[in-house]
Amino acid sequence: METKKGYFHSFESFGTKDGPGIRFVFFTQGCLMRCLYCHNVDTWDLHHHKYELTAEEAVEEVEKVRAFVKGRITVSGGEPMLQAEFLSHFFKLCKEKGMHTAVDTCGFIFNEHVKQTLDHTDLVLLDIKHIDPEKYKRLTSQALRPTLEFMEYLHEINKPVWLRYVLVPGFSDDETDLRNWAAYTSQFKNVERVDVLPFHQMAIHKWEELGKSYELKDVPPPSPEEVKKAEMIFKEAGLPIAGA
Amino acid sequence: MEAYKGFKGQRWKDEININDFIVQNYTEYTGDESFLSGPTEATDTLWAKLSEMFVEEKRKGVYDAETKIPSQVDAYGPGYIDRSLEKIVGVQTDKPLKRGIFPNGGLRMVEQSLQEYGYELDPVTKEIFTKYRRTHNEGVFAAYTQSIRNARSNGIITGLPDAYGRGRIIGDYRRVALYGVDRLIVEREARFKACDPDELTDDVIRLREELSQQISALKALKRMAASYGFDISQPADSAQKAIQWTYFAYLAAIKDQNGAAMSLGRVTTFLDIYIERDLQNGIITEEQAQEMIDHFVMKLRIVRFLRTPEYDELFSGDPVWVTESLGGMANSGKSMVTRNSYRMLHTLYNLGPAPEPNLTVLWSESLPENWKNYCSKVSIDTSSLQYENDDIMRPQLGDDYGIACCVSPMEIGKQMQFFGARANLPKALLYAINGGKDEKTKAQVTPTVFERVTGDYLEFNEVWGKFDKMLDWLSETYVKSLNIIHYMHDKYSYEALEMALHDVDVRRTQAFGISGLSIIADSFAAIKYGRVRIIRDQDGDAIDYVIEKDYVPFGNNDEKTDEFAVKVVELFMNKIRRHKMYKNAIPTQSVLTITSNVVYGKKTGNTPDGRRAGTPFAPGANPMHGRDTKGAVASLSSVAKLPFEHANDGISYTFAITPDTLGKSRDEKASNLSGLLDGYFNKTGHHLNVNVFNRDLLIDAMNHPENYPQLTIRVSGYAVNFVKLTREQQEDVINRTITTVF
Repeated sequence: METKKGYFHSFESFGTKDGPGIRFVFFTQGCLMRCLYCHNVDTWDLHHHKYELTAEEAVEEVEKVRAFVKGRITVSGGEPMLQAEFLSHFFKLCKEKGMHTAVDTCGFIFNEHVKQTLDHTDLVLLDIKHIDPEKYKRLTSQALRPTLEFMEYLHEINKPVWLRYVLVPGFSDDETDLRNWAAYTSQFKNVERVDVLPFHQMAIHKWEELGKSYELKDVPPPSPEEVKKAEMIFKEAGLPIAGA
Repeated sequence: MEAYKGFKGQRWKDEININDFIVQNYTEYTGDESFLSGPTEATDTLWAKLSEMFVEEKRKGVYDAETKIPSQVDAYGPGYIDRSLEKIVGVQTDKPLKRGIFPNGGLRMVEQSLQEYGYELDPVTKEIFTKYRRTHNEGVFAAYTQSIRNARSNGIITGLPDAYGRGRIIGDYRRVALYGVDRLIVEREARFKACDPDELTDDVIRLREELSQQISALKALKRMAASYGFDISQPADSAQKAIQWTYFAYLAAIKDQNGAAMSLGRVTTFLDIYIERDLQNGIITEEQAQEMIDHFVMKLRIVRFLRTPEYDELFSGDPVWVTESLGGMANSGKSMVTRNSYRMLHTLYNLGPAPEPNLTVLWSESLPENWKNYCSKVSIDTSSLQYENDDIMRPQLGDDYGIACCVSPMEIGKQMQFFGARANLPKALLYAINGGKDEKTKAQVTPTVFERVTGDYLEFNEVWGKFDKMLDWLSETYVKSLNIIHYMHDKYSYEALEMALHDVDVRRTQAFGISGLSIIADSFAAIKYGRVRIIRDQDGDAIDYVIEKDYVPFGNNDEKTDEFAVKVVELFMNKIRRHKMYKNAIPTQSVLTITSNVVYGKKTGNTPDGRRAGTPFAPGANPMHGRDTKGAVASLSSVAKLPFEHANDGISYTFAITPDTLGKSRDEKASNLSGLLDGYFNKTGHHLNVNVFNRDLLIDAMNHPENYPQLTIRVSGYAVNFVKLTREQQEDVINRTITTVF
């Protein structure tokens, strides 16, 4: 049987933000969302991948630096679940080697391959980018419903989840929205941690390089106080806020 | 004996054996940092007083300097910061921060430095050292060969200690505390008497003279301590005395010698035994213990030598390398971490960050987790620590070695080193291409036996062959220069006090250094896997290179490129090994530049890797700035491949990372940094400087130095006050790869 190859944008050998401990992070190529604040806009197009690896070769990349990452990996992107067929095979191999697997997704895609992938996944890093369906659509170009269903499925199979929320002034920092987001997510016992990620302007050059217009180019990053405030709202709803 | 009450073991009583004393008596501490105490009022007052003096010192270049009396163990009277507050006393001259003069090393250095700072050398002193007494510096130049002079003036060998003290000798200062000076004198006298074989060859005669010099130095040490009101002839019987006497011994060394590096050794766990005994007996409190250590460290922070501005350009920020080694494992399998290890690091909070003492953590994966994470937190907060791999050094050196200077391990009291300078390998490559003619000065530096490269492109086999031959000449010249320097140093500026605190029969190493290793690896990768065209000037000399096909640089964990770095380390070491060393020392090598990478770069033309003339080299074993693009782990993995067995004197890697990249919370950051250190050392990396800061902070500090008097950063092998670096060095640090978020 011919095994599917994974399409990658890049690798980070010292990931510290995508799951517990130092992790080897694979950034996959290809995403269907068009988030206004995307900081990896160069990963959108599935066909412009820089690297193409079989699952075995991907495992080999991790082995090269195993002393550092101790077998902890995260697949981010891009949207990894676009390549769920590859991913399910890759994660299965990783688990056979005793590794810790995490996937960073926006939960938009759901199919049999995704289900199989989750069988071999230790941790899901899930972005629920907004709680208001209209604003969600405006921010990401896609519908909110599939992501919520994905969250509910993760709850059903009791899969550990770390939620991430990017705080963008004027787009995702409305207090009522934040409270609604917290009310929804706090009902799930499998949510182990919530990170509020302040929006930053470091991706602007990528948009410019690709000749895409960057709608958020004048949006300032939130102040530490604004981040703190969002964290407090989440905390009051009983959510486990990281590092607060 | 009262002084030994409560101490276990016998062997260390029968013979001079500090290692045995420590192993028998120390108490491992596996807890966390919560027991530590803040600064006392006295500590704050003393430090505030010094801080004011530092401002004045920075303004004037030196705070004050002696102009007449050459420094010796007991040359000057006692001096104090504030006598009523100091728990540990003693300064180098009669006033803190006043610099002594050491004309034995070289008169020119003394004269020039004094002049530079507005002082004048006393005419009688000058006459004595011109007319009646020869110096080390004169001795060396009387014997130098033409090749050495050429190599020196064209900068292919730089930093030779031929005008001042050589350093890199660590006295076992603990012996004074444990045994008292009288016992050490008695041991020396017995050996002196016994040293009388049938034939008195020059070796034996020299040994007899050295022994008698050592005995005189020990007597001078007693006199010096007496001037502060202490009789140190007998063993110390309290923690305060143990610290004080250990410090007196070190102080005597820095009064006796203006060594390039005057390291302290490994006193922390030794001193913990005394502190622990006094704590147990209710004689002192934790607060008092911390106060004594704070005051001791304060003294170590004000060690000063008078040096010329050229020296400062090479090694910026007044470094003296008061290196102290902390942690590490015992051969028994327990760690050597004690409460005092924590106290030592805690001085960085009580007194604020500082470059000295050069605190060096001997890292092992088996160290207690609490200690690892505390070290990481201190690194994140202060960028003042360096780390070395205990798991690869301990099997060679046992569990009582320390680091001399930046990265060089040696057994305390049993081993010493003849060190000096670094060879500029990129320049050697350019000489190989141009037949030994310097690309900047146009001087023919080598004998005219080397054929230049004549084609339009650099062909790998040809260049490699010529480089190999050029290294023959370079290694020979380098060995000769060090042999001369160390012969003369022994003759004119012997370290009697430091050697009195060693075993009589010491093991000697002779250490060579190489710089620009990543440029060499990248150049050969460009030549072999890319394509490099030569550009020549009207004289037919190659002056520039065009890379027509790209290559993967060193620092990206690429086997093909990294192999060149590995090969060159081994190649140069093997060439050194072919020669005879002074006093039959064991040859060894380091990959280390300190801050001199900037000056080496300045003196070196365009190189085949694409580096422009004048651009700084990467420090130590670092990949070139910005060329390691695959993340921290890939970069560390490349450096970890360098073979320690061919660079036993140390492989230095200076690493910078932004706080944000390390993780989110303080605990996460600390445990990720510990994980990074575990990974690097597990891969047999040898040394790591850890800097945790943002580029913006450094730029702000460069523009507003007055706001950052204590900003400390790690450079290759030691730490400096950032604001004391030259502008060029500051820019070099800022341009270095700082690992940031993806």
